[in-house]
Amino acid sequence: MTQQRRSTTKMVPVPSHSIVPERDVDKMPVLEARHLGIDFGGLKAVEDFNLTIGKTEIAGLIGPNGAGKTTVFNLLTKVYQPTSGTVLVNGKDTAGMNTVQANKLGVARTFQNIRLFGNMSVEDNVRIGLHNQVPYGMFSGIFRLPRYWKQEKQQHRRALELLSIFDMQDMASAKAGSLPYGAQRRLEIVRALATNPSLLLLDEPAAGMNPHETEELMDSIIKIRDQFQIAVMLIEHDMRLVMGICEGICVLNYGRIIAKGTAEEIQNDPTVIEAYLGRRKEDVQ
Amino acid sequence: MKLKKSTINNLISYGIVIAAFIICQSMVSAGIMSRSLRGQLVPICVYIVMAVSLNLTVGISGELSLGHAGFMSVGAFSGIVAVAWLESLIPADAQTTSLLANDTVRLLLGMVVGGVFAGIAGVIVGVPVLRLRGDYLAIVTLAFGEIIRNVINCLYVSVDSGRVYIALDNLDMLGEIVVNGPAGTRGVSRISTFAVGFALVLFTLFVVLNLINSRSGRAIMACRDSRIAAESVGINVTKYRMMAFVTSAVLAGMAGTLFGLNLSSSVTASKFDFNTSILVLVFVVLGGIGNIWGSIIAAALLTVLPELLREFNDYRMLVYAIVLILVMLMTNTPAARAFFARILPRRRGNDGKGGEAA
Repeated sequence: MTQQRRSTTKMVPVPSHSIVPERDVDKMPVLEARHLGIDFGGLKAVEDFNLTIGKTEIAGLIGPNGAGKTTVFNLLTKVYQPTSGTVLVNGKDTAGMNTVQANKLGVARTFQNIRLFGNMSVEDNVRIGLHNQVPYGMFSGIFRLPRYWKQEKQQHRRALELLSIFDMQDMASAKAGSLPYGAQRRLEIVRALATNPSLLLLDEPAAGMNPHETEELMDSIIKIRDQFQIAVMLIEHDMRLVMGICEGICVLNYGRIIAKGTAEEIQNDPTVIEAYLGRRKEDVQ
Repeated sequence: MKLKKSTINNLISYGIVIAAFIICQSMVSAGIMSRSLRGQLVPICVYIVMAVSLNLTVGISGELSLGHAGFMSVGAFSGIVAVAWLESLIPADAQTTSLLANDTVRLLLGMVVGGVFAGIAGVIVGVPVLRLRGDYLAIVTLAFGEIIRNVINCLYVSVDSGRVYIALDNLDMLGEIVVNGPAGTRGVSRISTFAVGFALVLFTLFVVLNLINSRSGRAIMACRDSRIAAESVGINVTKYRMMAFVTSAVLAGMAGTLFGLNLSSSVTASKFDFNTSILVLVFVVLGGIGNIWGSIIAAALLTVLPELLREFNDYRMLVYAIVLILVMLMTNTPAARAFFARILPRRRGNDGKGGEAA
């Protein structure tokens, strides 16, 4: 199993120049953000944010601390309502929607500070993700109608199937809060995947992982994209991960996009270097 | 044979409750049980149901509700009116002991009506209350509990040949008055039995345990643990908080009917005041928040204890208080916990939540 994974490491996708890669150009983009902005009492946290993500694209969102990256995620998942601009998910305007409706449209996310249901088992966490995928009513549940048994079985099967993406099916009955940090991050991804999204937003998926785990995570993200045919957008500070798997990268500073492009372009962009490292002394003078 | 561990645990729970019922019942028929204790059997059932249902709100759904007695009183009064109304359809029977006597049928129907009305009250209270969180929610549920009590306090209900009249004064009420404002109910026969109380306990356990181990129950617990995460996976938080709140209210209403029809004196609204809500909350906290089994044991013990201590009349409340403090200390100090952890086989942290199947 691990051997197979190693081999996929080399399968870094062809970088695309536009943020919508050529191979997805004939398809409707999964996400379109137009002039998105939000201000908190005068502070413009995000301003004029424009981004399009293709159907199976892996996009990266980077920027210095406090640049507004997580705020962008909160806008896309409707935790915040934008004060300006629109978000289209699979061509549908999300104006006035809440987080639940955004999720039903196909946006799933993980959190920077892990938000698992720590007292519940790993499997139950995934089952909660399957909430709208394998539904049954309260009465079927209380009175144990045939539908309950059928759907529970289905949930169990699907949960183990999803956990097997990260080889976690053996820890299905462990308490989620007792898992090691890296495993908790992976479980959050599984839970988000369980909602059958078309866009997966990962907020610092590699935080707290060692280099080996990060490497595996990179393989897994590509595997997930290929297997589920979904778009992935990730916030990450680990540049090896971002530069390694992201086809399009978007750099945010002070709530504004300062650069968009491929890994190579971003690495050589003077404004990006300035945002991260500051200006050289002689340049200032 | 592949039963889930949670299913097995539930079956054991039912088994123990049934065994307890059989022991009590045989003690009654053998005449070993004292008169005062015999009188406590139905109240024990009532308080077990109250505690388990409140645990659904406080422990499983994570909302501190201080108005649980309000739903109990809605259930009690609507159940009593329903039973009085049904008297014209199903007459009271003279001295029968069979299980499905007319009285029992009326009691069961009354409990259903009580549950429905308490559920409606739960929805009405829940809509504004569940917008709040934490301390604010507790304060507002407390206020609603008092409002319900005061409204019922000035309500007059009479039954006249199959018709129910409701008014705010009793100047010209037709027929026989059933609820007489602050004076409480009038002419209500005592028809609650231990068997029905036991059935209600089983029903409550069945509903609550099955709910916890289902999709809806997991959603309720998800909303409790992390509202934002629950929303992010498409769980409608308001819906599931409401579901827990109303289910809890329905069960409290059914317990209320049982309680109201167990008293030979009149039932007044002041019986379901803030103190009753706190008493039930004490059962839940002592038994362990979220621990269904703990609620059952705490409710049974603390209902019996004041009666057992009656012999020491003067010191009764003193000993009761000391027992409460001791139990609090025992369950909350790390030293005592470590001691119990050593002598008891590893206590499962989340009773009824299951999911630890190996």
